[in-house]
Amino acid sequence: MSRVGRWVVDHAVMAVAIVVLGYMFLPIFFVVLMSFNDPESRLSYTFDGFTTANWSDPCAPSGMCGAVVKSLEIGFLATLGATVLGTLVAFALVRHRFRGRAATSLLIFLPMATPEVVMGSSLLALFTSVGLSGSLGFWSILVAHVMFCLSFVVVTVKARLAGLDSSMEQAAMDLYANEWQTYWRITFPMVFPGILAAALLSFSLSFDDFIVTNFNHGNTITFPMYVWGAAQRGIPPQVNVVGTTMFAVALLLVVGGSMFQRRRPV
Amino acid sequence: MSSASAAAGGMVGDEPAPPRRPRGSGAGYLLLLPGMLWLAIFFVVPTFQLVATSLYDPNGSLEAGYAMTGSVSNYWTALTSFTGPFMRSLLYAGVATGLAVVLAYPLAYAIAFKSGRWKNFMLVMVIAPFFTSFLVRTLAWKSILSDNGFVVDALKTLHILGPDGRLLATSVAVVTGLTYNFVPFMVLPLYASLEKIDLRLIEAGQDLYANGFTSFRKITLPLSLPGLVAGTLLTFIPAAGDYINAELLGQTKNYMIGNVIDNLFLVQLDYPIAAACSVVLMLAIVALVLVYVRRAGTEELL
Repeated sequence: MSRVGRWVVDHAVMAVAIVVLGYMFLPIFFVVLMSFNDPESRLSYTFDGFTTANWSDPCAPSGMCGAVVKSLEIGFLATLGATVLGTLVAFALVRHRFRGRAATSLLIFLPMATPEVVMGSSLLALFTSVGLSGSLGFWSILVAHVMFCLSFVVVTVKARLAGLDSSMEQAAMDLYANEWQTYWRITFPMVFPGILAAALLSFSLSFDDFIVTNFNHGNTITFPMYVWGAAQRGIPPQVNVVGTTMFAVALLLVVGGSMFQRRRPV
Repeated sequence: MSSASAAAGGMVGDEPAPPRRPRGSGAGYLLLLPGMLWLAIFFVVPTFQLVATSLYDPNGSLEAGYAMTGSVSNYWTALTSFTGPFMRSLLYAGVATGLAVVLAYPLAYAIAFKSGRWKNFMLVMVIAPFFTSFLVRTLAWKSILSDNGFVVDALKTLHILGPDGRLLATSVAVVTGLTYNFVPFMVLPLYASLEKIDLRLIEAGQDLYANGFTSFRKITLPLSLPGLVAGTLLTFIPAAGDYINAELLGQTKNYMIGNVIDNLFLVQLDYPIAAACSVVLMLAIVALVLVYVRRAGTEELL
């Protein structure tokens, strides 16, 4: 094979990878682009002209910012609930002996393997059968979000916990730290990055959920519900302002987080 | 970044080492109780209620109440009335999963072996789609594939698409959206298992006169199989149940079973048939997963 040929083969995989990344990035580019769009009509999906009006008045479409706030509230509470419950389960799985380990693991795995449409409709069937279908809303969305975030928290925290070196904890115990001190001074700080990652994952799962929410939202409108409703009537370009802002905030968190971790190797 | 890859890594079956300090006291049960109770009440009980609802008398209504008549005929109604959507769900999800493998494998391979100091940057790029809303980025495809967009223009210039051909509101658009939305779930587990490969194995293969293709086929590919299996499941399952792409990028004739379930539950209020559709989808996926995992020989995944 010629030298040029070998160079091509060596770089072909990378070239394909870059094209695939381009495919994955294309819609994000369009979300940013469309946030500056000045659409000719409500049902226009093409870039008709440049404007910064969407950014200077993001809350112009009625109900959109309220929906964003609702999503933030639910996301925050669901993250809190799922992270606490899931972290406890992860500790039990890695650090404790108990009967029914296989059944427990299966119960944690199943929600991740069930299509959302099945989970959402099951919950609606339950709420209806106990006569709650008329009062669905904030609380039912929250309950559902904690349910489907829990498994992801367990898996994430468990991975961190299982990879920990227990010699630090043994050293602390040797130095007469009691279990409580060992836990808060040694174990928790070492597991914390895993818990934080799980919390961020929960928040993004909850904030972004449409399908399960759609079955159990009553009259409460979250941001994805708002977008779904708006898609039938014509999407206001401000939706892309929210999309772009979400992207920027998440990117800052991830990049900032990894720089922080690099400075403090735990 | 660590979150998504940890979640994916957790599914590839790297079970934690046996507990270092196993404690036999009741503390374990106390830690498990709240979480497991939550899953029992809001995941297990609803699943049983869904099965019960699927057996209600189809002549009842939400206002008048349903009688439990054990109407297995609901399943017959569901299967015969909605054969098209069921088949489309499996077909679209299958094609999207296949395409995702084709796209994700070179990408995961490049990140694991060729990226050098760009590794973290590329991993962030992979999960970047998750940073913005699922619905908003699916709607972005509506702009990309629109009738006077650059993709349609290019395909018309190349005569792949006829002069009045379009992409939006076709099955091509739905599959494109499905592939796009779930491809990160394929990349991350594939990367996790490729990353773990001991490069000395490949060197040993080369010492034994294996060329690049042979060492890929006999070493890299088999060792990446757990990631491939996890990735295909993580892609296929949500894709088969998805109806956002079919709704936003397709039209009525592209509707998948998710659209039908949504419509029956929330618009028609025909709970028994809707529940029967949901149960069939769930059973079809469980059956496919079991057969597939057994064939692929990676049962430790479950």
